[in-house]
Amino acid sequence: MKETLQELKKKIAKRKFYNKIFAFIGFISTTVGIILLAVLFIDLAIDGAQRISYKFFTSFPSRFPEEAGILSAWVGTCLVMIVTAAAAVPLGVGAGIYLEEYAKKNWFTNLIEININNLAGVPSIIYGLLALGLFVYFFNFGESVLTGGLALALLILPIVIMATREAIRAIPNSMREAAYALGATKWQTVKDHIIPYSIGGILTGIIIGMSRAIGETAPIITVGALTFIAFLPPSPIEPEFPFLNFKWLMAPFTVMPIQMFNWVSRPQQAFHLNAAAAGIVLLVMTLLMNALAIYIRYKFRKKIKW
Amino acid sequence: MKKKIFSKRYIIETMIEGSLMLSAVFSIFITLGIIFVLCYESLEFFKEIPIKDFLTGTVWTPLFANPQFGILPLVAGTLLTTAVAVSVALPIGLITAIYLSEYAPHKFRETVKPILELLEAVPTVVYGYFALLFLTPLLQKVFENLSGFNALSPGLIMGIMIVPYVGSVSEDALKAVPMHIREGSYAMGATKLQTAFKVLIPSAFSGIAAAFIMGISRAIGETMIVAIAAGMMPNFTANPMEPIQTLTSYIVQVSLGDLPHGTIEYKTIFAAGIVLFIMTLSFNIIGFWLKKRIREAY
Repeated sequence: MKETLQELKKKIAKRKFYNKIFAFIGFISTTVGIILLAVLFIDLAIDGAQRISYKFFTSFPSRFPEEAGILSAWVGTCLVMIVTAAAAVPLGVGAGIYLEEYAKKNWFTNLIEININNLAGVPSIIYGLLALGLFVYFFNFGESVLTGGLALALLILPIVIMATREAIRAIPNSMREAAYALGATKWQTVKDHIIPYSIGGILTGIIIGMSRAIGETAPIITVGALTFIAFLPPSPIEPEFPFLNFKWLMAPFTVMPIQMFNWVSRPQQAFHLNAAAAGIVLLVMTLLMNALAIYIRYKFRKKIKW
Repeated sequence: MKKKIFSKRYIIETMIEGSLMLSAVFSIFITLGIIFVLCYESLEFFKEIPIKDFLTGTVWTPLFANPQFGILPLVAGTLLTTAVAVSVALPIGLITAIYLSEYAPHKFRETVKPILELLEAVPTVVYGYFALLFLTPLLQKVFENLSGFNALSPGLIMGIMIVPYVGSVSEDALKAVPMHIREGSYAMGATKLQTAFKVLIPSAFSGIAAAFIMGISRAIGETMIVAIAAGMMPNFTANPMEPIQTLTSYIVQVSLGDLPHGTIEYKTIFAAGIVLFIMTLSFNIIGFWLKKRIREAY
């Protein structure tokens, strides 16, 4: 009897030991991703930091790596993002509000929901093919800022819709009932209560979607963005009336990730340094946007207590 | 009280509801648009190339003087990088999920999860740079026969990139297992490890399988990492040391060139696109179906 008790204790000790080993393995595997991020950042910094200067942001691409810069790329990215936001934000937030507040539970709403889930899983390059067939050739927008921006807008639409819905779903029903009890119409309830309460979550979703769009390369390549552009699109702001100019929508363009891709694919090592520098700029842009999104989410979660 | 149909308020309400509904219905038009564009252009393609040759051919040289259109090398390349990625992402993702949901202290989990989510925020072109210029040279010191472009290095990076995704879907599945099942196991004297592997994983199996399947779908659709680091060689092989080409990177390669609209080469990217779309769609559908079963289980 005594022996078996000892055996039992031994067994228990062994199991506890395995448990500890697994906890350690779990910790290691959790940190693998973080280590990768750190190494990635250090590697980019070592290669690219030397190329980052004021001149790098104000020069056009060039045959000579030391002269080359990202002026046309970052201007292009900004313009494309304007189009993307202008298309994806109203459509995405509108669809989210409709599905949460207005839609009746029937097969059609169900179909829309399944469809949005499914769109979120479609590879980005397929959106590029859609934009190529539809915007470039069918609507004849050409290989322009407008085409690129719309392609990215379609791509991030599911992200914006899902974030909007999640934010609205967190609002308790008592809020709606209170508004209806005071005689507010549905739209008044949405406009004065639902949107202000959920704006934190909606903004988070929009920012995450936009940061994804900034880094997206494949659909932009497919719609035929150029890799070498040594001029800027016409300025959207004019000194004379009506002060706004929409010619830039139809201009050919390049964006940051494409400029980086172009430099990576060249055999010369000097261009790889430029790629690393462009990578740093891209990474800082997307990580800052994500940090902002996390901050907004955190702040709003703290502020609102139902 | 009867509704005044023509009151100003009623008209505005109806108009707003209508426009909100239109924006929701718009998402269906996107799907229809994708299906229409892919089918329209690839039907033109299949008029010239018999679909049987396309699906069974093992040589893909559409840009050569004597073109051959067998899609299998591209499918093989896609599956090869996907296999490498998933064999990294599944174990690491699952172990991370178990660790975060069962072992890690609350504070650690709350700090680590947002950092892990950043892995998905990094632009894929940056990962491509990293795979080609950092990881491949490093791996070449271990495997001497590894070529400069290969399926291994982009596959590994892709795998770590989808870890947070696989991890969070698995974690949702583990969290859906009711507490009393865990408590039952602990009451029998089981350690956390035994509970995790003998109780939680079997109970959450369909959710974990969903994570696995949807991870595969992500890896199949990933473009820039393979376009940069895997080479552009349609190679019918299962050897991850060699350069290959995937469906996605073929589309990139053709789009970079200046192909006139309407040529057979132009239509090949839509044919490759439809194969890619069907592959990811079927994995996604299986994944959704499995994920739905989590909620039905208890």
